[in-house]
Amino acid sequence: MPIQTMKGALRALLLVAIFFAGVWSHKSGLIEEFLWYLPDVQYLMGEHLWLTAMSGGLAIAVAIPLGILLSRPSMARWAESLMQVLNVGTTIPTLAVLALSMSFLGIGTTTAVFGLFVATLLPITRNTYAGLKGVNPALMEAAAGIGMSPTQRLFKVELPNALYVIFAGMRTALTINVGTVPLAFLIGAGGLGELIFTGIDLYDPVMMLAGAIPTALLAIVVDAVIAFIAFLMVPRGVNPARA
Amino acid sequence: MIQLDSLTKVFDTPKGAVVAADHISMEVPPGEICILLGPSGCGKTTTLKMINRIVKPTSGKVFINGEDTTGMDTQTLRRNIGYVIQQIGLFPNMTIEENITIVPRLLGWDRTKFRERAREMMAMIALEPDAFLKRYPNELSGGQQQRIGVARALAADPPVMLMDEPFGAIDPINRAVIQDEFLKMQQALKKTIMFVSHDIDEAIKMGDRIAVFREGKLVQYSAPDDLLAAPKNSFVESFLGEDRALKRLNLVRVHEIITDEIGTVSPGDTLESALAGIDDFGYQNSILMVNDRGQPAGIISRSVARTTKGYCRDHFQAVPAVIGLDDDLRKAASLMFAHDITWLPCVDDDGKVCGQITQRAMTRHLGARFRASQGDTRHPDTAAKE
Repeated sequence: MPIQTMKGALRALLLVAIFFAGVWSHKSGLIEEFLWYLPDVQYLMGEHLWLTAMSGGLAIAVAIPLGILLSRPSMARWAESLMQVLNVGTTIPTLAVLALSMSFLGIGTTTAVFGLFVATLLPITRNTYAGLKGVNPALMEAAAGIGMSPTQRLFKVELPNALYVIFAGMRTALTINVGTVPLAFLIGAGGLGELIFTGIDLYDPVMMLAGAIPTALLAIVVDAVIAFIAFLMVPRGVNPARA
Repeated sequence: MIQLDSLTKVFDTPKGAVVAADHISMEVPPGEICILLGPSGCGKTTTLKMINRIVKPTSGKVFINGEDTTGMDTQTLRRNIGYVIQQIGLFPNMTIEENITIVPRLLGWDRTKFRERAREMMAMIALEPDAFLKRYPNELSGGQQQRIGVARALAADPPVMLMDEPFGAIDPINRAVIQDEFLKMQQALKKTIMFVSHDIDEAIKMGDRIAVFREGKLVQYSAPDDLLAAPKNSFVESFLGEDRALKRLNLVRVHEIITDEIGTVSPGDTLESALAGIDDFGYQNSILMVNDRGQPAGIISRSVARTTKGYCRDHFQAVPAVIGLDDDLRKAASLMFAHDITWLPCVDDDGKVCGQITQRAMTRHLGARFRASQGDTRHPDTAAKE
């Protein structure tokens, strides 16, 4: 098959290119330069993850109950307007949020966590709300007709059926969160942004990349980890990944 | 037993109040299937859903087994009523076993008991427990899913069942099969069932009684045969269709109008005696030949008997069709039309001839009810309870 031979050739070419890139970067001392930043990267990555975990964890802890609350029939009158308020909140750039909260909370980690929390909140709330509202009305009628209480309906029917969508929201939100954490450096909260922004200021591309590449890798890893958790937690019957 | 007392639902819409159900009073005796029938928007579904309070009644009362449900806790009430909906509504996040046992689990049965119950239910709906219990609803066909839906409604053995067009979304072939299975189950279970349908044929097939609705009002509440024989007004008549007399064919069994007397000849008789038999019994065209075990073996036609000499065994034609005692008249009529004949020999379970059924007898039977009802519009069976 011509296409397959072409794919094979491309793959071989790519491997050769990677090999030579490796050889070149070793020869030019690039790898050594990167390795020189390794202790920094390790330390800052810890800070970075801590910021993500704190702000993301807080956001999940607030957003899911908020989404559930908004999806209750008694809240129907307020739900859409409240979602709009949250929407507007998200259109404000994270940098602006950080700057604004800095004027109230001062410089430091607390401010950064708060800013990131605000940025992460909406996608999770939106998906929780949409996921719960999207549950097939026939299921809700069956659940009610069978004699489930509203709480039982929520935990046995609504949440399990919305879980996949809720997890999708968390994936989006936390991936964005990891990518936004570098901005926290600007208000003195640390993280891999320290290498990126300092690298930019010093015209030092290696330093900048030493911050940027781990940030990108972290985002991918966080995404994969949540995807894996979703794979395990979402019941088989409603899990497209396990169909 | 389900009893509705002046059950009313008024919806407030932007265009003003709409009366979806207007003082509906009726009673379903224990162990019977009552079909709520009518066009879309006639209030049949609203009436059904007021019984388990999916729709909250504006006024009126519902009694189940003589007990007023007004003061009952909604959840308790619903757990004691089986509920089947058209969209099936199996929970896709649960296995078949979890779906079937959901009500027993809500009622707090212990594990061994409800698991055993799941297997029992699977046996009842003729699905292999080991093959299905651990699977998920999306792995099943529509027909299988609705069987599970019925099993789920029956799992806690509720005395009363509500079914909202349960077989409406299933293809016609599977629907007929599931209807038959369900009727068979019902013969053993004897549940009191309210069943919404817009399909007159389904109503006639499934219902012990049929309640016809129009614009929120109960128009007529009768047994299927009475409904077809004596529609109360022109709306019911037009809803039942021009061919309502033919629909009654479904409801009458061959043994109800069979004539025991049937003239036969045996293979050893001469054609002369066959001709004599045809004349003696007043048959037009032919006479039935039976073998020594009393089973139909052939027919001797008048023209052959008149023009030929010899024995019946050498000059018979094949029997075009026979009919069993428990078959309905629809099948009998169909066979007569298909073979261009005016009578059919009837056979019992052993295949022995036990009588005949003629087109005359059929039309007379159907016509008798129509004529009787025309003189008396307040026929006791047909008057709906107001």
